Amino acid sequence: MDFALTPDQEAVREAVARICRRFDDAYWLAHDRDGIFPHELLQALAADGWLGICIPEEYGGSGLGITEAAIMMQAVAQSGAAMSGASAIHMNIFGLNPVVKFGTDAQKHRMLPPLVAGREQACFGVTEPDAGLDTTRLKTRAEKHGDRYVVHGQKIWTSTAQVAHKILLLARTTPIERVGRKTEGLSLFYTTLDRSRAEVRAIDKMGRKAVDSNQVFFDGMEIPEEDRIGEEGRGFEYILHGLNPERILIAAEAVGVGLVALERATAYARERVVFGRPIGQNQGIQHPLAESWMELEAARLMVMNAAWHYDTGRPAGAAANAAKYLAAEAGFKACTAAVMTHGGFGYAKEYHVERYLREIIIPRLAPVSPQLVLCYIAERVLGLPRSY
Amino acid sequence: MKILVPVKRVVDYNVKVRVKADGTGVETSGVKMSMNPFDEIAVEEAVRLKEKGVATEIVAISMGVAACAETIRTALAMGADRGILVESDADLQPLAVAKLLKAIADKEQPGLIILGKQAIDDDMSATGQMLAALLGWAQGTFASKVVVEGDHALVTREVDGGLETVKLALPAIVTTDLRLNEPRYASLPNIMKARKKPIETIKPADLGVDPAPRLTVLKVVEPAKRQAGVKVGSVAELVAKLRTEAKVI
Repeated sequence: MDFALTPDQEAVREAVARICRRFDDAYWLAHDRDGIFPHELLQALAADGWLGICIPEEYGGSGLGITEAAIMMQAVAQSGAAMSGASAIHMNIFGLNPVVKFGTDAQKHRMLPPLVAGREQACFGVTEPDAGLDTTRLKTRAEKHGDRYVVHGQKIWTSTAQVAHKILLLARTTPIERVGRKTEGLSLFYTTLDRSRAEVRAIDKMGRKAVDSNQVFFDGMEIPEEDRIGEEGRGFEYILHGLNPERILIAAEAVGVGLVALERATAYARERVVFGRPIGQNQGIQHPLAESWMELEAARLMVMNAAWHYDTGRPAGAAANAAKYLAAEAGFKACTAAVMTHGGFGYAKEYHVERYLREIIIPRLAPVSPQLVLCYIAERVLGLPRSY
Repeated sequence: MKILVPVKRVVDYNVKVRVKADGTGVETSGVKMSMNPFDEIAVEEAVRLKEKGVATEIVAISMGVAACAETIRTALAMGADRGILVESDADLQPLAVAKLLKAIADKEQPGLIILGKQAIDDDMSATGQMLAALLGWAQGTFASKVVVEGDHALVTREVDGGLETVKLALPAIVTTDLRLNEPRYASLPNIMKARKKPIETIKPADLGVDPAPRLTVLKVVEPAKRQAGVKVGSVAELVAKLRTEAKVI
């Protein structure tokens, strides 16, 4: 068992960290204030090919695994970009996996290269206000009229829809009453977000102001048939394929946020002198930070373990869910400890740790709640009866 | 024109180095290692010369343990075409490195060899000059600008009095100063391409060179810790202390 990163993986981490170093604390502080999307980061990563890390080489990417993508996303978050940086590119990294896996060759040639090059951005339209994690209950419907579908309905928590050109959309094409199983009758589309027939309303939220989250209302948005991914009615199945990798990446991002918070707290504890000695000399300050390091390191190993499962074709559900849970909780604890270590200054924006604390809530909540992860582990790993 | 660029694997410049307990050197196990920053500048300059159409091939060379292949791989990701690893567990000192490089230069017949002006581990600043002497080639050291025109190179050097420009007949040796250029980051497609570029591994004996060290390191010690300063109350007190305690005036 080899726990060291390979030289290539080291190169990935190093190169991404170097690019992110150009986007300093002042940059993120300003974007957290004005809410402007960090286009410059996305373009800088696109220019050096990083957005295509998981896209096959024939479509302009580099065909690396989720392991490398996780290393990349941790490096982005750990640079101080936190979730504002990670979420800005998250969709480009793995969001189009259903297209890679189930799209036709023509679709892949049409859809993937613009995303890799940073010419197009995409958003992910799955979650609905009345369905939540009970995805099969979603109400957005796409009705077939000749060679096109017409979409009516509503999505929520659609990140980056303010800036996205395209949307990966899951909608019901056969009413739930007319399918054998409720997981059937949903179809997946990758299409232009036609703003004349779709209204995008930003949700004012706690953190990550630079990367918008939205409600999207579809009122007769048309989708040409050639934008449907795979077979009609099998969209749910296609979406499921991307869930574990998404959890792994979110977990890697949470580890990155936790580690940058820990770095800031440690540096402050070393320098801040009260009663004639650095506060970091006090065990009351040291121990929470030491605990955070251990928990983050354990979570990071679980992320790598889950990525290894996925990349080697093994079932990755348990490890991916566990990684997302452990990383988000460890990250949250580290961010809390970082604010507390700073004392009153931790509450001031100019010390940055309060932003990390606001942003680390995201991987705790999304893409699945910690409670549902526990339910999953209880049911699927421990074999206990389903509770919901 | 072919360019050779030697690249050295050193302790990363961000690492706070620690002296080994037995005083034989600095701790390198479990420490992050990177390409010597001056060598990165050398690779960058070679890649720029290739982009300008001056150079046709760049060969990155590293010497030492097998892990030096990673340093070569970094150079390949920046744009070098192939690598040569001279594998040896010996303590390779500048003269040995210069002799090995001469043997490679005799075989490869480059038009230019670009080296870092020094390595940040031992700060010898010797290999480039020794290599120039062994080959009998012109040298432009501490370069802050390099222009290749036909069969010669104009090298601007940073010297105490300002800038000095020397004209070298090719083939020649150039060593890089900090301000020559700003090395690029490796892009992901180039990291991927670098995986497929060839690295040839040879031994010092294959080049007919005995790399045994000529210098013996007696002892490596930590620099003395700086003592805390004192605040003086007045200029008169300062002058008095400089005269009686420091005895400098």
